[in-house]
Amino acid sequence: MIPAQFDYVRPTTVEEALQALRDGGDDAKLLAGGQSLLPVLRLRMADPSLIIDLGGIPELRGVREDGNEVVVGAMTSHHDVTRDDILRQHVALIQEATKTVADPQVRHRGTLGGALAHADPAGDLAAPALALEAKFVIAGANGTRTVAAADFFEDYFATAIGEGELLTEIRFPKYTGWGARYEKFNRVAQAWSIVAVAATIKVDGGTISDARIGLTNMAGTPVRATAVESALVGQSATEDNVRKAAQAAAEGTSPTADADAGTDYREHLARVLTGRAVLAAAG
Amino acid sequence: MTTTENPTDAPVKEIGRDRRRKEDRRLITGRTQWTDNKALTGLLHIAIVRSPFAHATIKGIDTSAAKQLPGIVAVYTAADIGADQVQLPCAWPVTKDMRSPQRPALAGSRVNFAGEGVAVVVARSAAIAKDAAELVEVDYDELEPVLDMEEALKDGATLVHPDLGTNSNAQWVFDSGEAGSGGNATEAISKAESDDDQIVVRRRFRQQRLVPVFMEPRSTVVDPTGEQLVMWSSTQVPHILKTMLALTLGLPEHKLRVIAPDVGGGFGGKIAVAPEEVVTLLVSQKLGKPVKWTETRSESLLTAHHGRDQIQDLTMSVTKDGTITGLDVKLLADMGAYLGLVGPGVPILGAFMFNAIYKIPAYRFDCTNVFTTKTLTDAYRGAGRPEATFGIERLMDEAALELGMEPMEFRKKNWIKHDEFPFTTVSTLTYDTGNYEAATDQAMQMFDYDGLRKEQAERRKRGDVKQLGIGISTFTEMCGLAPSRVLGSLDYGAGGWETAAIRMLPTGKVEVVVGVSPHGQGHETAFSQIVADQLGVGFDDVEILHGDTQSSYRGLDTYGSRSLAVGGIAVVKAAEKVIEKAKPIAAHMLEASEGDLEFAAGKFSVKGTDKGVGIQDIALAVFAAHDYPEGIEPDIDAHATFDPENFSFPHGTHLCAVEVDTETGFVSMYKYVCVDDVGNVINPLIVEGQVHGGLAQGIAQALYEEAAYDDQGTLLSGTLVDYTLPSAADLISFDTANTTTASTTNPLGVKGVGEAGTIASTPAVVNSVLDAIRHLGVKDIDMPTTPYRVWSAIQNSSGTSGRADEANVASPGAGLGSTARDMPEGGNL
Repeated sequence: MIPAQFDYVRPTTVEEALQALRDGGDDAKLLAGGQSLLPVLRLRMADPSLIIDLGGIPELRGVREDGNEVVVGAMTSHHDVTRDDILRQHVALIQEATKTVADPQVRHRGTLGGALAHADPAGDLAAPALALEAKFVIAGANGTRTVAAADFFEDYFATAIGEGELLTEIRFPKYTGWGARYEKFNRVAQAWSIVAVAATIKVDGGTISDARIGLTNMAGTPVRATAVESALVGQSATEDNVRKAAQAAAEGTSPTADADAGTDYREHLARVLTGRAVLAAAG
Repeated sequence: MTTTENPTDAPVKEIGRDRRRKEDRRLITGRTQWTDNKALTGLLHIAIVRSPFAHATIKGIDTSAAKQLPGIVAVYTAADIGADQVQLPCAWPVTKDMRSPQRPALAGSRVNFAGEGVAVVVARSAAIAKDAAELVEVDYDELEPVLDMEEALKDGATLVHPDLGTNSNAQWVFDSGEAGSGGNATEAISKAESDDDQIVVRRRFRQQRLVPVFMEPRSTVVDPTGEQLVMWSSTQVPHILKTMLALTLGLPEHKLRVIAPDVGGGFGGKIAVAPEEVVTLLVSQKLGKPVKWTETRSESLLTAHHGRDQIQDLTMSVTKDGTITGLDVKLLADMGAYLGLVGPGVPILGAFMFNAIYKIPAYRFDCTNVFTTKTLTDAYRGAGRPEATFGIERLMDEAALELGMEPMEFRKKNWIKHDEFPFTTVSTLTYDTGNYEAATDQAMQMFDYDGLRKEQAERRKRGDVKQLGIGISTFTEMCGLAPSRVLGSLDYGAGGWETAAIRMLPTGKVEVVVGVSPHGQGHETAFSQIVADQLGVGFDDVEILHGDTQSSYRGLDTYGSRSLAVGGIAVVKAAEKVIEKAKPIAAHMLEASEGDLEFAAGKFSVKGTDKGVGIQDIALAVFAAHDYPEGIEPDIDAHATFDPENFSFPHGTHLCAVEVDTETGFVSMYKYVCVDDVGNVINPLIVEGQVHGGLAQGIAQALYEEAAYDDQGTLLSGTLVDYTLPSAADLISFDTANTTTASTTNPLGVKGVGEAGTIASTPAVVNSVLDAIRHLGVKDIDMPTTPYRVWSAIQNSSGTSGRADEANVASPGAGLGSTARDMPEGGNL
């Protein structure tokens, strides 16, 4: 498993990284935690001429509060996300989903920003980010711009990050006091999701007052289960109510068929797992 | 000479101690001698150019661009190094008329499976070799792939090897009526069909194709610069490899030395004379320089041999009160594109195991081996016996179901009772010892069988989403390969003996040279324990040497759970010879007659006195050789060869409980109990480790693993993303225990354990999955019983599901874009 030759730089600031991207042009690739890029390079499915390692840029790491938002640096590792008290209190869903990513070794190397920028439809962090209505801060030659989650994921492995740009921060609104559950369905513990459901639910006095639900691997991008969300709001959080609402989970999805699941099975899983995720989050 | 003050102060017995493995520190830390760690001055590296097509003619190969790359030494097609003229060996012609295609080291004019090598690049680094391999342009004309065994046998089918005139490799038949070991199964079954007191149960089971997935990828280094050509290789079979290289390539055997240094697992997957080993050798000879080949994981999954892959059509006749009257077994076994070293014999081993632990009066086994354009199949942990055990243990459940009998009761009614041993089976083997009742009783109790049945009934009554299923496998197997005469009667190309030599060093330390070749089993520890007890020396005074044909010049290597039951006995025999040779010298030193000496705890003592001399002191005395009896050599080293008189027959009762999520189809392990009788145990810790690892692999066949091909003959599970190996996170803690009936066919009373867990567990798991959801109309599910298949079987009116229902593509997501080549590369990571 030997990658093709490439040049390697390790900038120490975002500005240097952007300069390296401009210098490298089309053939430059950003390296975050490397948990997807390195296998792709080793299998020679990609052969960039320049690798820009973002591991040496301290400003890209860490979690902080900024008013009504929690800001996570793109290079914050999955492990750090799972351990962070601010996230636990205000954005529990991203933490719950991150706990299910692969294994401890991967979670120590892999990063939130890297996973989101990779935009694997079977990856576990895009659907929670969409459900949480995260904002993506993207730096480029002309400064930074902010893209809403709904506009960030464009297709299989494709995002709003343009040429010469890099993702620096993910900004989550606070969901303090909301319940959260990431219901992941895969064949073995380390495998990617066949389908997964990210749900965060606000319950006031036994009644669901707000709901955010995102689906993993039900299309080329994460999908928001808006029909389920609106069906839930105002309902008491009973099993019957939740399961009834979850019947709408596959609406607006376009899942693929592969050896692990047919389209009908994925749609079925989306309904079942949505019910379970919402019940657990509301519990 | 010493006299001992306390001759009764015997050391603690080593056999039976749960010694931590002495080899693990270096193996686990990797600070040791893996083949790929080998660095030689001027070492060159090769990469193999491989066919992306399953079946194609090669119209031309353009190596010019590859040759331009700086650091490239040479690029060779098959003809350039004679690799197309090689006939890689198959040592097991199962029938006189077996059809054997030529298997070249590199394809010359035609490729017959995706991944077959067509050219080799030689470079100054492995990275350059890999870069250059991508620049070799091969012009192919695609041919129709041959993928389905039943289609392949039809008239007019596309032929994998047109010169053979058929895709059938061989047909091997055993009929107990003809052999005189039982009745005629065809007659028994046809009689049962018209008998109101009998039923006939027919089932078709599929053994999916698996990949052994050893941890250390294969690697070979060849150094041609000395008088002997030296090959280091990650192999299970250095001795067989050496002899076969000599025979295959016409090299003088005494000019060859093969070394298997530390080898990181094999599971049968490294029983081979691999084309890459031969190519490495040919390139090194051509250039006169040392050359290394190390495969990537993808290459390993694609080209190292696969295992299993059978279609089983089974028919059993049984009286309505539950007595089996006949068994007919019809198999199709997928050989892949070529014959491996023992490939055609693997399904034939099953012939002796379909009758399992049961008294079956009439039995017929009929196996046809079939060529397809897939990677070849050969030995994989259990080799033929897991397939047979799965078939019979699934069929026992199905028959019990049709009879309305409790599945364990049906087994009990038909198995060999403990007081019937030794028992000669319908397939002509003689089981020396066993006690199926004892193992089963203990397992049922540990499992709380009745309690779980009750829980199952309650969940069913409540209509729980998670239903409980209970599965049984009461297995035996034949291992300790093998009595040489039996192998001869099966037309196998070698014997089944094993050797050991003991060298008593001047300082009293002991070197033991063995012919078996460990690759993770813990031989160094277990054999040291045996020698320590036999010679009465310290465990740490013993070193086990193996895997180098220069020191270990005679041996038949490690497979078929033979290392202890055959190789370990050779060690015992060699130790007995050491003591025998030391006796006259001891007598001389003690000024006593040999008849007055007794040997215990490492010392010869004169009976009735306190005079004695230790074996380690005798080693020093013969080294000095200043004073020893006339007429004998001053040497107590010894060499022994042991040829077993019989196989060993471990057995056990495995009980599995699973929870099946009826909404999603997900199967989770709930409880697993196994009680195995592996005879006397040398090291309980190693035995438990073997059982645990074996269970993991057997459970993986039931639930997780499959080497699947698409309709073009491309391997879909070409990475470990798609070939879903379970990890500890997917399994549960196993409850293991042992009952013991000592084998009577060897002096240690041991039986093999290396394959037991794998052989036994697969049917227990599948039986439990079906048991959980049969009430929902489910009849059968192909392995692996993935969530999709379980859910589909619940949905389908047929009550069945398998590969045929599935899209033949890998997931477009899953991190790497998997094997789907047309996916975009991904965003900025």
